[in-house]
Amino acid sequence: MAHAARPLKRPLWTPGVLVMLVFMFAGAVAIIARFTGGIGYVTNLSNARPWGIWVGIDVATGVALAAGGFTTAALAHIFGRHYYEPVTRPALLTAVLGYTFVVIGLLVDIGRSWAIWKPMFYWNFNSVLFEVAMCVMIYLTVLYIEFLPIVAEQFKGRVNLPGILSGLNRLADGFLHTADRILGKVMWVFIILGVVLSCMHQSSLGSLMLVTPTKLHPLWYTPILPLLFLTSAIAVGYPMVVFETTLATASFKLDSEVKILAPLTQITIFLLGFYMVLKIGDMGVRGTWIYLLDGTYQTNSFLVELLFGVMIPWIMLLFKPVRQSARGVFTAAALIVGGVVLNRVNVFIVGFRSPLTESGYFPAPSEILVTLGLIATLMFIYRVVVTYLPVLQAPKEVSS
Amino acid sequence: MQITRRHFFRVMGAAGASVAVRPPAGHAWQSNAPPDSFGCLVDLTRCVGCRKCEEACAEVNGLPEPERVNCQCTIFEKDRRPDHDAYTVVNRYYTGKVDEFDKPVPTFAKVQCMHCQDPACVSACIVGALTKDETGAVRYDVTKCIGCRYCMVACPFEIPAYEYSDPINPRVMKCTFCYDRISKEGGLPGCATICPTEAITFGRRSTLLEVAGKRLKDNPARYLPHIYGEKEVGGTSWMYLSGVPFEQVNLPTLPENPSPKLSETVQHSLFTYLWSPILLFGVLGGVMAWFNKNDNPPDKGGV
Repeated sequence: MAHAARPLKRPLWTPGVLVMLVFMFAGAVAIIARFTGGIGYVTNLSNARPWGIWVGIDVATGVALAAGGFTTAALAHIFGRHYYEPVTRPALLTAVLGYTFVVIGLLVDIGRSWAIWKPMFYWNFNSVLFEVAMCVMIYLTVLYIEFLPIVAEQFKGRVNLPGILSGLNRLADGFLHTADRILGKVMWVFIILGVVLSCMHQSSLGSLMLVTPTKLHPLWYTPILPLLFLTSAIAVGYPMVVFETTLATASFKLDSEVKILAPLTQITIFLLGFYMVLKIGDMGVRGTWIYLLDGTYQTNSFLVELLFGVMIPWIMLLFKPVRQSARGVFTAAALIVGGVVLNRVNVFIVGFRSPLTESGYFPAPSEILVTLGLIATLMFIYRVVVTYLPVLQAPKEVSS
Repeated sequence: MQITRRHFFRVMGAAGASVAVRPPAGHAWQSNAPPDSFGCLVDLTRCVGCRKCEEACAEVNGLPEPERVNCQCTIFEKDRRPDHDAYTVVNRYYTGKVDEFDKPVPTFAKVQCMHCQDPACVSACIVGALTKDETGAVRYDVTKCIGCRYCMVACPFEIPAYEYSDPINPRVMKCTFCYDRISKEGGLPGCATICPTEAITFGRRSTLLEVAGKRLKDNPARYLPHIYGEKEVGGTSWMYLSGVPFEQVNLPTLPENPSPKLSETVQHSLFTYLWSPILLFGVLGGVMAWFNKNDNPPDKGGV
């Protein structure tokens, strides 16, 4: 193989990275404000509107878009399609970072951040959120375990900690050797576990809103909400990989991965089609199509989600020329990703109607800065990791 | 990433065993409402909007004095909701009802936690900080709370309020049903002790339903033939009688199904004894063994 996963070893401080740093700084200031003035000081949340973009975007959307991690692992490792292995590492990295920032987002959002450990000891089996929290916690651990061999591959035998830590070199090296040897034998357990845990909490994120039959707009409130969340997460997995791999290869001027990405979109036709049939069928069965033309912003948001986020990209992918052009594949993937983002925002924010108080909610500037700051930090760490660890496919001469 | 036949059969065995021991699927959801708990009946036709209940509530629960405590006029110009400073508030509504001189007649309505029989907040709470106790009160244990505010999302009556301005230790604030008072013999919630027109009646929920039924029967012209809270979201401890439509006094029209019924049914039928995750693990393990049986394990690790 001419290509293999290698550290990119490119200069880190590009203009794009400096822009990220600006957003990270602004986000940090907003987070400091949240922990000095309270949630009410930086957000537009109210008693009638307890969840805003920190839940709708940072948590719910973050989890959905990290689905590429388990869907590629399932394809390449469980279904034995080793052809796709080059994209499993960037997808895994996205999942590791995605879930890490879901937890950081939660720490900012929950009122008593210091108490986040309490669900480990106080269990409520009736609570959907309890199950989600347990799954996310275990899955995050599994993701770090899955990522460990990549670290081992880079540093095994050449651990060189700086300064005073250099005394730990042998210990760290021994740890990497041992972990790598053991994990090589049992990794299949973690790979399957990762898929199982993902299926559990991706669907349960939808179940979260089943307890609010009177508060979620009927276009989204359906008993199959968990199934819609699961199928949309599975459907968005490969498009998200296409989306970020295209961005990464373009940004780092690497060879395009279109040869690998194009067949992924063929699978997506089935997965997205399944989600689309469920979504439209559900609308027909429950008769909620009567709302479609009532002109409210909720209905319009639903129409944008369904048309631009599901139907148009699905139709695009049916055409072979689209599937074979890098631009076509990227456009369709971006639409699908946008559609799932909008779906999560719709379910947790747009479609949420407080029964008594008019609670027109739009996030406060500082609330948005926290979200943007977290996304910028995620992208920055992604960049650092692919610079120093073997994640992306790079030609050999670059890494020398 | 190696999977041997032995691994595979071990996993499938575990999956099979778990399916064998799981309980019959779809066992029906059951209410957890305490038997013969307490409740309150609020008769809106009796309430005159004196706001004494607000005052008593604040005093009993150590809350700040209500806003403009003696005002019974301009305070009603805005529609108020219970918040972190007030567990109960009284609002005034003009619903189009007029007296014999065609003068509009106001209806006053006290609002507080309804203490549902099967509360959505209790079902939702990630740590079980909210519980329904045997008195009927929905109680909040701040020592367990993590501040996720899912209870507020879940509540169909939009009741739990939050201390949004506390950066470290915010609490969920809502009516306690004065549980330390009503759990004692003869104890009454603060608001019910003071009401001068006896608009608030405290008692066993079953008794209150009889009282309400009798009032509806004795005076059908005075009331709408509906006891609000008897069946709404599976029943509530606080119930209302009114002469004007309930949705006009901010008591929302709600289904009779308890809010948590669907989510709990879905969760328990999928995850009791973790049968479905274990089954999925077994199936995926089988698939993995099948598809990878001819492969030499690829470069180990580096998933």
